[in-house]
Amino acid sequence: MTTTSTSERREVTAIAGGVGEPVLRPDGGAKVDGSFEFSSDRSVDGELWAVTVRSPHPRARILNVDVSAAVALPGVAAVITADDVPGVNGFGLIASDQPVFAVDEVRFVGEPVAAVAATDAETCARAAELVVVTYEVLEPLLDAERAIDGTFEPIHPDGNLIRHQRIVRGDSDFVGEVIVEGTYEIGMQDQAFLGLEAAVAVPDADGAGVELLVATQWLHEDRRQIATCLGVDEERVKLTLGGVGGAFGGREDISLQVHVSLLALVTGRPVRAAYSRSESFIGHVHRHPAAIWMRHHADRDGTLRKVEARFVLDGGAYASTSSAVLINAVTHAQGPYRCENAVVDGYAVRTNHLPCGAMRGFGVVQACFAHERQMDRLAAACDMDPVDLRLLNAMETGDHLITGQRVENVAPVARCIRETMALPLPEPETEDHVLSLPGGAGLTADGSVVRGVGMAVSIKNLMYSEGFDDYSTARCVVRDGRVALKFATAEVGQGFVTIAMQIARTELGLADVDFESIDTAVGSAGSTSASRQTWMSGGAVVEACRGVVGQILDQVATDRELDRDGLRIEGEWVTADGVPVVMVAEAVAGHLFEFTAEYHHPETTELDEYGQGDCHTAFAFTAHRAVVDVDPDLGLLRVVQIATAQDVGRALNPLSVVGQIEGGVAQGLGLAVMEEIIQTNGVIRNASFTDYLIPTIADMPPVVISLVEEPDPRAPLGAKGVGEPPCISVTPAIVAAVDDALRKAGRRVSPLTRVPIRPQDIALAGEGSTATVGS
Amino acid sequence: MPVLIPENLAELREAACSHDPVLLAGGTDLMVALNHRSQRIESDLTVVSLAQVPELRSWSHDPTSGELTIGSGITWSQLERAPFDALAPALAQAARTVGSPQIRNAGTIGGNIATASPAGDGLPVLLALDATVDSVGSDGERSTPLSELLTGTKRTSLAPGEVIVAVRFKVDDGWQGYAKIGVRNAMVISVAGVALVLDGTARRARIALGSVGPTVLLAGEASAFLTSEFDWDAWTCSEATIATVAEMAAEESRPIDDHRSTAEYRRHGVRVLTSRLLKRGRERR
Repeated sequence: MTTTSTSERREVTAIAGGVGEPVLRPDGGAKVDGSFEFSSDRSVDGELWAVTVRSPHPRARILNVDVSAAVALPGVAAVITADDVPGVNGFGLIASDQPVFAVDEVRFVGEPVAAVAATDAETCARAAELVVVTYEVLEPLLDAERAIDGTFEPIHPDGNLIRHQRIVRGDSDFVGEVIVEGTYEIGMQDQAFLGLEAAVAVPDADGAGVELLVATQWLHEDRRQIATCLGVDEERVKLTLGGVGGAFGGREDISLQVHVSLLALVTGRPVRAAYSRSESFIGHVHRHPAAIWMRHHADRDGTLRKVEARFVLDGGAYASTSSAVLINAVTHAQGPYRCENAVVDGYAVRTNHLPCGAMRGFGVVQACFAHERQMDRLAAACDMDPVDLRLLNAMETGDHLITGQRVENVAPVARCIRETMALPLPEPETEDHVLSLPGGAGLTADGSVVRGVGMAVSIKNLMYSEGFDDYSTARCVVRDGRVALKFATAEVGQGFVTIAMQIARTELGLADVDFESIDTAVGSAGSTSASRQTWMSGGAVVEACRGVVGQILDQVATDRELDRDGLRIEGEWVTADGVPVVMVAEAVAGHLFEFTAEYHHPETTELDEYGQGDCHTAFAFTAHRAVVDVDPDLGLLRVVQIATAQDVGRALNPLSVVGQIEGGVAQGLGLAVMEEIIQTNGVIRNASFTDYLIPTIADMPPVVISLVEEPDPRAPLGAKGVGEPPCISVTPAIVAAVDDALRKAGRRVSPLTRVPIRPQDIALAGEGSTATVGS
Repeated sequence: MPVLIPENLAELREAACSHDPVLLAGGTDLMVALNHRSQRIESDLTVVSLAQVPELRSWSHDPTSGELTIGSGITWSQLERAPFDALAPALAQAARTVGSPQIRNAGTIGGNIATASPAGDGLPVLLALDATVDSVGSDGERSTPLSELLTGTKRTSLAPGEVIVAVRFKVDDGWQGYAKIGVRNAMVISVAGVALVLDGTARRARIALGSVGPTVLLAGEASAFLTSEFDWDAWTCSEATIATVAEMAAEESRPIDDHRSTAEYRRHGVRVLTSRLLKRGRERR
């Protein structure tokens, strides 16, 4: 950039494309026109393909693995098993309890037993069929309660109970004037990201290390686990982020990373692997299915006094993040409401089901469904409007959680509720289009459709908890008037690179921002999860840019003999005591500035045996209202509209926030009405998009949105994370709307207690009492 | 793996009869089977593409006899639009429930018959229309009632190399309709489907059921009862008749529990859909 004169227009205005603007994402166009390179598109000269051989049994003893026929197949370069893992044959985000390849025993359908590298995918598939594994089938543990009561033999050396946490606060003997109680069930949801798992591993020339291009959520954590399994120093494993097509928690755990890296080292050739959709369903962790009992105590006027709860989360065969998911669930049991007394027990257990771990909402989705259904019951028991009940109990800054932690963040719960309820209700349908009725294209609906309205509210923690320092690193370089940002923050489609670009423009007053490769050549950025990257990596980018700003201002002070203390960057100008002096672009010409920053959030603590402690970093709040049309006779429904007001702190990119909200609503809607992995005797029955249903455009309603912007002084730039909150309370809001519709239809059915709602839960619940056919 | 692309019916017969080929029409079933490896790709396997055979892509309507002949290569996208939406509205409605627009552009009515899934969306309508399937094979041409062609779950009486050329049925100015329950509002496999045809010329009612048995089912007793109880002159029937027919159709269904639904709900769905279709048919809605 050349700057000839800065004396003409000395007007300080905000830089274009900075913080607060609806800047378009740089990857958007390529994703729309199909030219974006996802990790599955990456090809390397001389590459082999890899495929995984998996267990068909939920639990079985491995008696023998015979790879000889597979090895003999022309085109096969290598077949590896547990015997070929040079380092630790175990990985995991919290405990390393999951083998790279099963040894002695398989614990879920789909557990890797061997992997094959061959010249092409078809040869791989044939070779995989030639790997002969002799199993002795064992009785699987499928009942989570039996993992708790100790009546089933340990299915893993670490035992069947992954974690138990109790929370006791206040008067545990307190008995309220009004008591409501219920048991709730949440099905197993899949992240259903569109870009399937894929990676390419290239061995180093000396054969002692590997470079991996992979679609993941946290490069440095992947590196730690891969290096441990390979038995090499972390420096010998270099990771670069491949194009990621969504994640939602499903890429936090290791899937194919170690397999392809190991095959690359064994064969000395690049190795590429890509999961199919059906393999993806068994190749990554899922949202924990949960059984939750809750009993709420309140005064007659609706004041919430005590929450009792028991959570059982089925973690499946391996621990993954189950213990952290459990802590999130139990510590959010009260919801966004004041409550001084609590007795809560939570169990995360091991079974021979598919492993569960991180998914958007991370334990809070399950807790929120239960506490919001309880609030609806409590409203009915107190003869109150559900909105008024929630407003009466709404948490504020300074209130305490049942863990004793004080909520220090901005907490506009009542405002979120009021703004949500003030959003316009849907206009009556102007045309009688079939897709606007429950049942949609199936043309099932006749005149008996009933409309219901429901609402729900959530509290969600942001960042990691329990003493974990999930810091983030960013480097800012200014050279020749251009900004170059370097970080290892996984861009999984959430739009962090856009936010980083906006931050750099605003902080530095320079328009041109470039990104260096997202890889492990810079410090960790932590995981793209827990709604944390705008706060954490955004905070790191802010600090890196401010470090460079300091250097620029030092330079200007020296060059122009100005008082350093009065210098600032405003808009695209360096100002002295508010008076424009020189454009930043001119001031930096010919100079090189560089600053690397690490951003850490305030320390948190672990919970004690009574579940007390300041374990969470920060909180965000959201309210949802759902309008749903229900066909009571068939149990089919259509969500007509979702309204939501979300506590975002400050919208750094309003367009991006709206995108997160609409996507989160779709995911929460999916859990409410259709998304569930079905397992029968430990075998997944719907590992495809034919039978694992996610919402289509015909199921997704308009979302009307109010952004509640109260900048949080504890957050960099005042902005809270916005990734998870949109998908949490939308689910119970939809279920409440269905209940409302059924009440209006005169169906005397008890409240719905399970998601996803199945048509028979509605259509057959009142059968024999009030159901009429074909009305 | 050779792929043959015949360009007329004679070439197709030659190609299909001289090998034991896999037939490729729209590929919406076959390609899924290949990708899931339920259909093996062996080097000696021959694929015969039906895409370039114009005879399979033609249709005709004889206004005198009322017979509509639809080539097996006619796609769902064609069937959901004119002239089929007016000539065979229930088939057009079934077409609208198939997959996504992309799937409907590729998938064909012939493929739906040959795959013979109990959840095939076109099949209850064709069964209710008492359709006949024309085919060619090594033994020459034959015409077979659809009800005889479908022998089991994904099984037909088609011989190896036998190709469906067309499907035929009579249409009149009576009423026909199709409704399908899925757990999503579009692009979903049927949990239960019902087709009702009220043939004003033959004064005959036929009800066929999808996804509630090993094959699509003709609800024979319900059809016969409705045929006798329907007032064909006044074009109406009583509420009691509707309730009875719906109950009979539900009783004739043979549903199972699986990952998509339960037998109890499917039976309930047949009852509700039969009732609703009959009310629509009574009012010619």
